Amino acid sequence: MSKDETLGEALRRQGISRRGFLKFCAATASLMALPPGMVPAIAAALEKARRPSVIWLSFQECTGCTESLTRSHSPTVEGLIFDTISLDYHHTLQAASGTAAEAAREAAMEENYGKYILVVDGSIPLGNPGFSTIAGISNKNMLLDTAKGAAAIISVGTCAAYGGIPHAKPNPTGAVPVSELIKDKPIINIPGCPPIPVVITGVLAHFLTFGTIPELDELGRPMAFYGNSIHDRCYRRPFYDKGLFAETFDDEGAKKGWCLYKLGCKGPTTYNACATTKWNEGTSFPIEAGHPCLGCSQPDFWDGGGFYKALSMPTEDITRTAVYAVGAGAAAGVALGALNRAKKKRIEKAHEKVTINDLEKGD
Amino acid sequence: MDTELLKVESGEDLTHNVQPLLHEIRHALVKLLDDGGNTVIDLRSLPLAPGEEQKLLDKLGQGEVYARLHALGPSEIVETRYPGVWVVVHFNYDNEVIGKFIEVCDMPRLLCSQQEDIRQGLEQLQTQLVWCNE
Repeated sequence: MSKDETLGEALRRQGISRRGFLKFCAATASLMALPPGMVPAIAAALEKARRPSVIWLSFQECTGCTESLTRSHSPTVEGLIFDTISLDYHHTLQAASGTAAEAAREAAMEENYGKYILVVDGSIPLGNPGFSTIAGISNKNMLLDTAKGAAAIISVGTCAAYGGIPHAKPNPTGAVPVSELIKDKPIINIPGCPPIPVVITGVLAHFLTFGTIPELDELGRPMAFYGNSIHDRCYRRPFYDKGLFAETFDDEGAKKGWCLYKLGCKGPTTYNACATTKWNEGTSFPIEAGHPCLGCSQPDFWDGGGFYKALSMPTEDITRTAVYAVGAGAAAGVALGALNRAKKKRIEKAHEKVTINDLEKGD
Repeated sequence: MDTELLKVESGEDLTHNVQPLLHEIRHALVKLLDDGGNTVIDLRSLPLAPGEEQKLLDKLGQGEVYARLHALGPSEIVETRYPGVWVVVHFNYDNEVIGKFIEVCDMPRLLCSQQEDIRQGLEQLQTQLVWCNE
């Protein structure tokens, strides 16, 4: 597909009928969480859409975000949308490496200056430029250089959006999100660890369709996908309203599919589309599989106080913690550590069964 | 219409979204009769518990028309036992569902031959006739 060819022309050249194109548009509207009534408008816009240049930079990350997108079985709708962009630089996916790869990035920037989309996954270390480099260029310098000519930046994954796991305490590399360094470009955050693949392509489809960035919430996330909490769209919500909770992973409540709030579900404070878009081609999502939501699309989710603690639970016995803190003249964190060690000793002495709560506290 | 057929037994395992959906479809049918207005409901945008979607589809049943398209992978277009209410399911080439809709209309637009396809077909037929005449 040449860069001057429209999407409609490209699909027709591939032998895709108008019916096929309308079906593609219906599925695209569905993945963009747009009303089905907008399909004719989407069809008209996509018909004329031209192939945008995309530069994808990967910094401190695990490649899970790229895996999320590319592991989708082809040809899916997201695959088709992915095919319609000109991915001019992605050092994990491209064949070229070293100087040739960097030359491709520079050429794409020059050719499409002011028009290309910059996709970033991973956080940027500020502690030492040598913590993470590509072709000898620090992540910070590469980001600042590439962002200059971008029309918009898409921060894919919680690391790029909010710092993610590298940013978790004690943040040894001084990791920051893209928004800490870039202040003069529109930034769309697509958090998640990893993000739902159709959400990534949904944003690209929105850009292709409307030529604008979608409406964002106060954390820079597209409202179409992050406008509702997991809790509000969860099929287990009625059990929460009735006060029916699973207390352990194998009790009667768990078997009946009751609410996982007491097992630490972060659905009430997490905004994402998992409950409706789901994963693995719409098969399921963590709560449907019986596991609480970890809240991975929220800032600092890793430091949120324990995956298996109910949101309403204090971290420990407040009175005893305070006594420890005052008595030792130390910070509450130190007191908690002492409290946990004491509890572990008690458990060892009494040969009590160790629970998830005990394990996750550590020393 | 026998309203008893539409009564959904509610149990603890339900989000209770099946009954409201059936009412939404009823409203859409009234609209279709009143002013010809079409309605499309995206089933993937609604929270439904495992088994509820099937319960909804069972309630709607199957009517006189079943069509299978082959365009960018297969699609199934089924008129339910309630004329004017269609279930449209799109699959990709790997038979994975990529879209599931309830359309309330005379006939889903996708079933109609499309102008662009008709034009292209005409050109192909003309080419073939020229070739046959040579």
